[in-house]
Amino acid sequence: MYKYDQYDQAMVDARVEEFRDQTRRRLEGTLAEEHFRPLRLQNGLYLQLHAYMLRVAVPYGTLNSAQMHALGDIADKYDRGYGHFTTRQNIQYNWIKLEDAPDILADLAKVEMHAIQTSGNCIRNISSDHYAGAAADELIDPRPYAELLRQWSSFHPEFLALPRKFKIAVIASETDRAAMRLHDIGIRMVKNDAGEIGCAFYVGGGMGRTPMIGPLIRDFVPLDQLITYSEACLRVYNRYGRRDNKYKARIKILVHELGADEYARQVEEEFALLLDQGIEPPLAELERIKAYFADPDFKSGLTEELDRSDPDFALWVDRNTHAHKVPGYVSATISLKPTGGIPGDASADQIRLMAALTREYSFDECRVTHAQNIVLPHVEIGRLHELWSKLEEAGLGTPNLDQIDDIIACPGLDYCSLANARSIPVAQKISERFAANGKAGELGQLKLKISGCINACGHHHAGHIGILGVDRKGKENYQLLLGGCEAEDTSLGKITGPGFDEDGIVDAVEKATDVYLSNREDGERFLDTYRRIGMDPFKEALYG
Amino acid sequence: MADQNENGDWTSPDDVQFRFRDDEVISVPAVTVDSFKDQTNAQAVRIEPGDDARDLLPYLDRLSLVEVNFPAFTDGRGYSAARILREAGFTGELRAVGEVLVDQVALMRRCGFDAFAPEKKLNEADVEATFSRWPHVYQATGDGREPIWKLRHG
Ligand code: SF4
Repeated sequence: MYKYDQYDQAMVDARVEEFRDQTRRRLEGTLAEEHFRPLRLQNGLYLQLHAYMLRVAVPYGTLNSAQMHALGDIADKYDRGYGHFTTRQNIQYNWIKLEDAPDILADLAKVEMHAIQTSGNCIRNISSDHYAGAAADELIDPRPYAELLRQWSSFHPEFLALPRKFKIAVIASETDRAAMRLHDIGIRMVKNDAGEIGCAFYVGGGMGRTPMIGPLIRDFVPLDQLITYSEACLRVYNRYGRRDNKYKARIKILVHELGADEYARQVEEEFALLLDQGIEPPLAELERIKAYFADPDFKSGLTEELDRSDPDFALWVDRNTHAHKVPGYVSATISLKPTGGIPGDASADQIRLMAALTREYSFDECRVTHAQNIVLPHVEIGRLHELWSKLEEAGLGTPNLDQIDDIIACPGLDYCSLANARSIPVAQKISERFAANGKAGELGQLKLKISGCINACGHHHAGHIGILGVDRKGKENYQLLLGGCEAEDTSLGKITGPGFDEDGIVDAVEKATDVYLSNREDGERFLDTYRRIGMDPFKEALYG
Repeated sequence: MADQNENGDWTSPDDVQFRFRDDEVISVPAVTVDSFKDQTNAQAVRIEPGDDARDLLPYLDRLSLVEVNFPAFTDGRGYSAARILREAGFTGELRAVGEVLVDQVALMRRCGFDAFAPEKKLNEADVEATFSRWPHVYQATGDGREPIWKLRHG
């Protein structure tokens, strides 16, 4: 994976000192909160309901064991012994003191990490496929391009006061595991007819209160124009994105109002002018970055045999491992969704254990997924049982990847000052209900996603089943959505009808799954059945 | 000329707190973009966030000063305006005015501003610290600094 050189390190160190100085001025009172706010946000520091929350960047979701270990230590030293992995492949700490923040950033810088631009109206941390560099179906490893974009977008002076936040994802396979088309810019690495690698740009996707699937703006941007084209996309947005209404300020609204063709035309115009400005790093820079992402020393001739005599282990393998490009290896997912747990939470000890397993079983590399789990990307099939036994012991062996209890949930009203309703208790109740009724296993792939308000941090629009917390006359109320999908067959969920209270929504989810179970045809997932039979049978069961 | 800008909110040379140019500060008031286009002899113009900096490109050779107003520091359109003018070859004074703050001046300078007239005077030591804080830069923005990729590859 990528390693900082002297320049990267100097930049991150300078950032720590900058924020230390800003925090000092804030605490002394010479920097007003109103002016400090965007500065702290761009260092990942939010003011939540009870305390500050710090969001640490995990670029394209990739970590080494030293970094993972440091994340565990930070949870102990500055928080209450927990970290929360997020849908943007980052990690958040919920109980931070402002005075400590510069020291945390300094601790992070020691392991080549930071919290730069994890919040605020700027280009955020770049996300990617959590199986990058390992997946059997990828064209190339997308992460070098994400790293190139990371450096370009870090401290970009023109784009730190955008109309609104800006999220970029880069993937390189047909299968979309990063919700690419629900980003402000989604980039898919592609090969053209001449066999050259380039980038397809999808611009103007997003969730939030007006979910949109990003349209294709350009089908092929050559690699030696990637930064220039990105800069053109951003400049058009910075100049013309709406600033009169915060809810209309995302680029999806600009692209929607202009129309994708007109937006693309404006980008082309800007791009043509920028091409003469010498802003594109040479291809040698991309080659330099790529070298860091070379394959580890995979062994050849490894066994692909698996002893399935332990049914619990066999189930975990079936559900939580993914095909690897090298025979004899798989990518293994550590579920952070135990029955009744808080989705995405891990204790400091669990984080440090995952760090140790990363070193021992996965060439010193792990990944954070947008579904709030951890992946060990390169595990020998022959060592899976050993790994699983250690996970089981630590309460990390839940075999539920992409099952109904592998729930994505935002922090909701338990932490978030924008929330209308709690998300975590609903997730906990649903996971407990399906553990108790024994239906979880029968349901197969079913992605359930919960947001505590219309901002959609829990991706409810993209859940096969989505839940949206709303405020109904001062009471928490939950709307049910069906049919969303964040994968390559991207779709947005539709609301079933009137909302439910906290217990009612759990019942409603169960009813919806019953409709599926009694209607499904061979091999159909919940989503497929919904798409075939439509909303009516579900409505009937829910409200009939 | 003053009646072109009745509220008198252009900056005078005295308001310029930081300047990175050797030429004389010009002391004519900056007019709005609309008035500017009608005045064949105006040398100074002020652009507001909603103005299109490209409207000025036909007149660059007679312009000595462009003021870019930041009514709110969170509105970043002025950064793009500055770069557009520099990319088009504008070499006159590019003055950031309005809500210009300690923690933004270094970014503004990277986008091509070379004079700063903050509406509230800034602490000079703080500003000096921000100008000298960053040992390197990642992007080529036309401000003359060599980006890191250039240092890496020559
Ligand atoms: S979806 Fe709403 S409640 Fe949940 S984290 Fe985002 S802003 Fe907060």
